[in-house]
This record gives sequence, C-alpha cells and structure tokens, in this order.
Amino acid sequence: MIQLRIRASKTGKVRFASHRDLAGVWERTLRISNVPLVYSQGFSPRPKIAYGLALPTGSESDCEYLDIQIDDSKRTSLALDEVCLTINKNLPAGIEINGASIMEGKFLSLQQTVTSCIWDITVNENNTKVDLWLDRINNTNEIVLVRERKGKKVVDDIKPLVCSLNKKVRKVDGRIVVNAELGTQPRSLRPSELLRSIEPPLSEYKLHRRKQIVEQGAKRLDPLEVAGATQMRTLIGAL
Amino acid sequence: MTSLWPKLEELLINVEKPARYIGLERGALQPPHEADSVAWLLTYPDVYEVGFPNQGLQILYEIINEMPTGEAERAYAPWVDLEKILREKGIPLFSVDTHRPAHEFDVIAFNLSSELVYTNVLNCIDLAGIPLRSKHRNLEHPLVAAGGHCTYNPEPLAAFVDFFVLGDGEEVISELTDIISCWKGTKKEPKSRYELLRRLSEIEGVYVPALYTITNDEKGHQTLAPKHDGVPKIIEKRTIANLDDWPYPKTQLVPITEVVHDRLNVEVFRGCTRGCRFCQAGMITRPVRERSLDQVRTMVSTGLRRTGYDQVALTSLSTADYSHIEKAVASVGEDPLSCGQTSVSLPSLRVDAFTVGIAATIQGVKRTGLTFAPEAGTWRMRQVINKLITEEDLYGAVESAFSQGWRRVKLYFLIGLPTETDEDTLGIADLAKNCVEIGRKYTKNASVTVSVGGFVPKPFTPFQWFGQNTTSELQRKVNLVKDATSRMRGVQLKWHDPKATVIEGVLSRGDRALGDLIEEVWKAGGTFQEWSEHFDLERWLIAMDNLGFSIEWYAYRHREKYEPLPWDHLDAGLYKDFLWQEWRDALEEVGLEDCRWTPCYDCGACTGYGLDHVVASTSPPVGGSQGTWQDLETGSVAPQLLTIRNKREIEAKR
Repeated sequence: MIQLRIRASKTGKVRFASHRDLAGVWERTLRISNVPLVYSQGFSPRPKIAYGLALPTGSESDCEYLDIQIDDSKRTSLALDEVCLTINKNLPAGIEINGASIMEGKFLSLQQTVTSCIWDITVNENNTKVDLWLDRINNTNEIVLVRERKGKKVVDDIKPLVCSLNKKVRKVDGRIVVNAELGTQPRSLRPSELLRSIEPPLSEYKLHRRKQIVEQGAKRLDPLEVAGATQMRTLIGAL
Repeated sequence: MTSLWPKLEELLINVEKPARYIGLERGALQPPHEADSVAWLLTYPDVYEVGFPNQGLQILYEIINEMPTGEAERAYAPWVDLEKILREKGIPLFSVDTHRPAHEFDVIAFNLSSELVYTNVLNCIDLAGIPLRSKHRNLEHPLVAAGGHCTYNPEPLAAFVDFFVLGDGEEVISELTDIISCWKGTKKEPKSRYELLRRLSEIEGVYVPALYTITNDEKGHQTLAPKHDGVPKIIEKRTIANLDDWPYPKTQLVPITEVVHDRLNVEVFRGCTRGCRFCQAGMITRPVRERSLDQVRTMVSTGLRRTGYDQVALTSLSTADYSHIEKAVASVGEDPLSCGQTSVSLPSLRVDAFTVGIAATIQGVKRTGLTFAPEAGTWRMRQVINKLITEEDLYGAVESAFSQGWRRVKLYFLIGLPTETDEDTLGIADLAKNCVEIGRKYTKNASVTVSVGGFVPKPFTPFQWFGQNTTSELQRKVNLVKDATSRMRGVQLKWHDPKATVIEGVLSRGDRALGDLIEEVWKAGGTFQEWSEHFDLERWLIAMDNLGFSIEWYAYRHREKYEPLPWDHLDAGLYKDFLWQEWRDALEEVGLEDCRWTPCYDCGACTGYGLDHVVASTSPPVGGSQGTWQDLETGSVAPQLLTIRNKREIEAKR
C-alpha cells in the first residue's frame, strides 16, 4: 500500500463546486485514471481517501490537500509522477495537482496536522472602512465571537487565532485585499467569521486560500514537507 | 459569441448550489458557433439536478454535436433564487456549456416529461427574452421546440411552442437540423418564419400548431384541420427500428455536483408490450426494441471507463424482461475495471420476472435498493389495469430478494383506478403486511416502503376515456391506506399530494384553450409546480375560475366513445378502436397477454410501419406467470415467433 498526499489548486468556474462535490469528482477521476485504490471493508466498501480542511464554496485555492491510499499489490511498479499527470488530464478545468508526497509510516491526518491557513480576502469595502476595521482588531485583546455548533451557542475568544493581518490593494480594480493568517486548531477560524467579528463588519467579495501551514517547533512546513513525507521533485518540475 | 460568465460570476456567490450553473461536466462540449450551422439549446424546464441525467437530452446533445451542420448546448431552469437576481439585473437564460444567452441560439428545444413543468417552459421562454406566444415571434427570434412524452398531447402548450416532435428523436433531429441549416445559410428560402415552419411540418413526426385551424363543437370539443395542402392531417410519431444503430450516449456526461440518478445509465431496450392500461410510456413507445447483449456489455464497460462511476443502471420500462438480463448483470461484475466494486441497479422491475437467479446475480456485485410495482392491491384490480401479476408472483419476488440478503423493498401502487373499490385500496395494506412477514423469515429488520400515487389518465392509453378521481376521493383513499398501515411494524407509507395530481390531470387531457390557464398561473408566480413547496392548488383554482374553466370538464368526467379528443390529430401508432376495446375489456376485468411471446393482437404499433419487435429471445424470461396469466412453465413453452405483418393481411383476416 502506498500513501500519497496530493496538493491541488482550485480556480476559475469550478470554485463554485462545494467541498462535498469535489469528493465525488476526485473519486471518479481516480477511477478514470486507473489508480488502484484501497477500499474499506464491509457491506458498502468505499475508497480510502481523506480530505483536508473544507474550503468554503466559491473560494479559490492554491493548496487543497488529500491523502489517498493506493493498492500496489497488483502492480510491480507504479510511476507516481505519471499517475499524477494522468489525473491532471482527467480533472475538471480549474483543478490541478501542483505537488505530491509519498508518506511513510504514521502521520497525522490533514485535519489534525495543519495549524494555520493564509488567505487573501478581497472585500467589498473601501480603504477607510478597512483601516478602521484593522485598527480596531489590532487594538483589542479579546475578540468574542458567538458561533453555533451542533445547535448550541458557543462563545469563543478568537483573537489567538488571528496570527497576522495585512492590507493590499488589488491592481486590476483597486479593491482592498486583507491578507490573513488564521489558526485552525482546535477549530478553524473562517475568513467570514473574522470579517464579522468586529463592528462595523467587512464583507467578502472573493476568497483565495494561499497556503496551509504546519507549525512544528520553530519550523513552518507545507503539509507535503512534514516528517515522513518525501516530496516528488520530478512531478513538481514537470508542472 | 457572448459569454455571460463575467456577469454571472459576481452573482453566484449569493445563490444556493451555484455548481448547477457552471457547466464543466466531464464529457461536456464548448462547441464553436458557425455562421451556417444550427445552434440548439436543449433545455430541461426543471432544476439542474433533475434535468441533468435525462437520457433523451444527452442523446440529442451528442448526435447534434457530431453533425457538421449542428451544435448543441444545454440549459436548465434556474432555481427561484437565481431567477430573481437574473430578472433584477436583466440577465437572460443562458447555456451552462459556454454561458451564451438563450436568444443567441437558433432553436430552444424543451424536454417535456411532466405536465407540471409547463409553467416553467413559459418562464424559460420569457427569461430567454423572446415573446411568449409563437404568433408574436419573428425571424429574429429562436424557434421554440418541444419533445418528450408530454408531446402526445401538446395542445395546452400549442400557443407557445413553434413545433413539437413526436417519438424517438435520434433520426428526426438531423432532418430538422438540415432544413434549418439550409434556411440559415441562405437567409432567403423560405422567406418567412411561417414558411420555415411549413417546411418543418413536412418532416414526419413534426407538428406545427400554427398550421391548423381549430373548431369547437356545441359541446366544446376541439377539432383541428390543416390550413394548407401538404400540411399533414395526422402527425405520426417517429420510431427508430433498431436500437443497436444508436449506441448513445457514447460519452455520458458526468456532473460535478450531485444529481438524481447519479450513475451510468445504459438503456437495454425501448418500448414495452406488457400492456398495462394505465401506462402511457408502455403504449406510446411500442414496439419493443432490445439492444444486443454485446452492445450492452460494450456500453457498460466503455461507460465505466469514461465516467468513473461505480454504479450502473440498466434502464428500460421493465428491465427484468430483457432477454439477457442475467448475463447483462453478470457482465458488470466481471468487468475488470469494476474490481467487484460496481453496483447494478434495475430501476423498473416486474415482480413476475424477478427471480432468485437475477437476485443472486445482482448480489454478486454491490447491491442497491429494490423496487417493485404491483400497482394495485387486488387481483381483480390488476386485471382491470392489465398488470397481470399474481400475489404469488409478488411474494416469490419478495422472497427472492429477502432470501438473497436484501432487508428493504419498495412497492409502488396507484390509487384512483377505474372501478376501484375500498376493498382494492385496502388490499395494498394487506400485500405490504404479507411482504413484511415474508421478510421476517430472513431478517428481523425487514422493511417495506409503500409508495402510493394518484392515477392520472393519459392520452393514448385505454384509460384516456376515464374520469379521474377527485382530490377529496384520492385523499380519502390515501387515508384508508394510512389508517390500515399505521400499526403495521416494518411498513412505511409515502404518498403523492392528490392536489397536484388533479392539476396534472387537467393538463394531461386538456385542449388548446388551457394555454391561457398556464400563462395566468405562471404570471401569478406558479413556477416549479413539481416541487411541493412551490405548488399551490389555490393558484390554479383561482385562475380556472377567472378564465371560466371547469375541473369537472377537464379531469373528472368520463369521455364518450365518439367525442373528439384534443390529440386526435396525432398518431402514437395505436389504433383508437384497439384502445377502446381495451377500455371495455378493462371494465369487464379481462386481461390481455404480452404479444412478445403470444400471437399479435394488432394494436397498430408494428403494422403499417414495417416494424417489428426486436426481441433477442423468443421465449419469455424464466419464472412466474410472466404477465400472460398463462401459467407458462419456466421458459419451456416456445411461443410463436414474431413476424412482420402488414395492415392488409390483418384486414383481410377480419
């Protein structure tokens, strides 16, 4: 059994497909690409694919991850970089594998291992409003956010999850982009939650996930670089 | 070519399930639009998830795109949230393939699979930005066409649709495209839209409502007569002789987002001669044309490879009747690609043809739910509707299922059938109870879901003369079954809303005058009428009242033998006297055998067309009474070989 961690981008029209929709797309694409998958046991066997942190529908991303288990018992050799290129040919326009690692031994799931995400949040508001919002968020010690979880109201201080905030201006149309690194442990802080956490709130025009980060001690790693992962350099080169 | 995508992109973040509108499905095309080729917008007038899997639409999509003179894209009715935004922003209906506006196409062609989508057809025409009524359109506007089962009574939509096409679309689509392409190329001949429609009306199977004058007799019955020479008095449906000539869809589309029937669909045969008297599909799609086993196997294996699906449905009106059913099912499991992970579903199963053999073959691969359709609760009632399956057949099938490891079966029934008594209705509950008891022998969790629908009489069936049950009568019958099953362990009851059933009934046998009703209900906001949360009977009743239409006249009254019917100018291949005889036989509780395995009784479907049933096996499938009520031994009686007969031969015999 080979464990493969894949990183893929999601841009263009396909950004409107939901995280759940894409699970189906991956499953079918892997079958079309003749990737021998490992199936779960039992009455209704499912291929063993684990998806990373959900991306809000409508957002773009350079870094969506999934872990798949490949059954290599029937084939003596599998050129994994070629497999990835075949998968790329069969994926819908806008989804493309841009990196992969072979994973050895035991490793944490994507949900557990990722500690923060970097987002470009293009907002609808103008510069003045964004500055006011940034000012307030930077000068408060506690940001109380009421969220609903499993039907119950949960009150959290989300300030510790706001790792960094920067402002950029988009050249094409002058829209303001808030570049934010947001923590994902114990629970992800969503960009939309961040925007409405301070009055007057901002509203999102478009989201783009730039990076997912695994913090291990002083190191900040890509999930393809964690311990036990061997990155497929040829593949990266080919792409 | 104009793409509306940049405008749409900004809006989609605010709507439910935006993936419905992005296209990008595997197998989808972005055809270039050439000056002299015909651009078809194949439109399903309901939401994407429902319309996407439609096989008719996908078959035509491929055939047109293979033609040098045609290109096809798809559109679906935008859900109410997006529609509201489109109207606010002045954005028209668009194709999902290239997001071109609908009015840039040459033909907007609708698939009509249910009467309740009629208001959505109007909504789509209006959203396309073209005049609602046919008579207000000119050469600048796309043609509006419609096909599908509801075209066997096209009159309620006649004012809005330029031409209807009856029957199988595979051949006629090219003939239409050729004529429209010639016209488009020269822009000269014919000079007017009217002349173009006249030319189209010369194609067999094409009905152009504008070319007929309507007369109403003193009682209000409508009759049609052609306005010109050369316009056919009777429009005959199209039938393809051999399904093997049309292995479509070759590349079934695979959606990105979840849709209904989300699986590979392979049609194993078209048509059905079981002769159930309530079933319009079985009447209008005759004769039976089976696909060869080889082709079915090829379509399954290439289909799996191209789509990546892990589920295959072998589709038809009664799949267990397919001559090679066991081999076809087995071949799915044997396919190397499936690795034993592919499941098979057989959507339409007759209980008398479902055997332990089939059950065992399906369970070799991954299994899905099983649905049987006994349709009625008593043998008497089943004789009336000619669904000649005995209680033993049903119990045998259910036993096959439970003994092979199924824990749940679904049973479909109709209520409101001709001559139905409360005893017949309550028979439904008895059957369900007995089925659960059989299941308990094998599993303590045996469960039977009973689904009850109100019967709607349809054109070109023996029951086209029957006065439909009223809503309150249907509701009373639903309540009877509800009370009877409420204490039964393992029995779940589901039923259709009788309020929607009555409107389906009004439209199904309605005449041209009903166009005003559809328009009025649409204007009052009555779209997506197939969706219970959007259906409002009151809206229809108010409109009928305003316009002076009577439900009694359109739905509840029995038709008389000689009264003109609004679809008399169409020919579904069935002799009217055959249908009338069947209606009389129904009332006398006399059954009729399946002509695949017994001598021809000449319904009209084969004779005169030079057609014949294409059945691979001359013996009926094994097991049960085979719907013939003849107590056939398991396939051992060699029935009469089917031969082509012509009309004269049969008339001479009379």
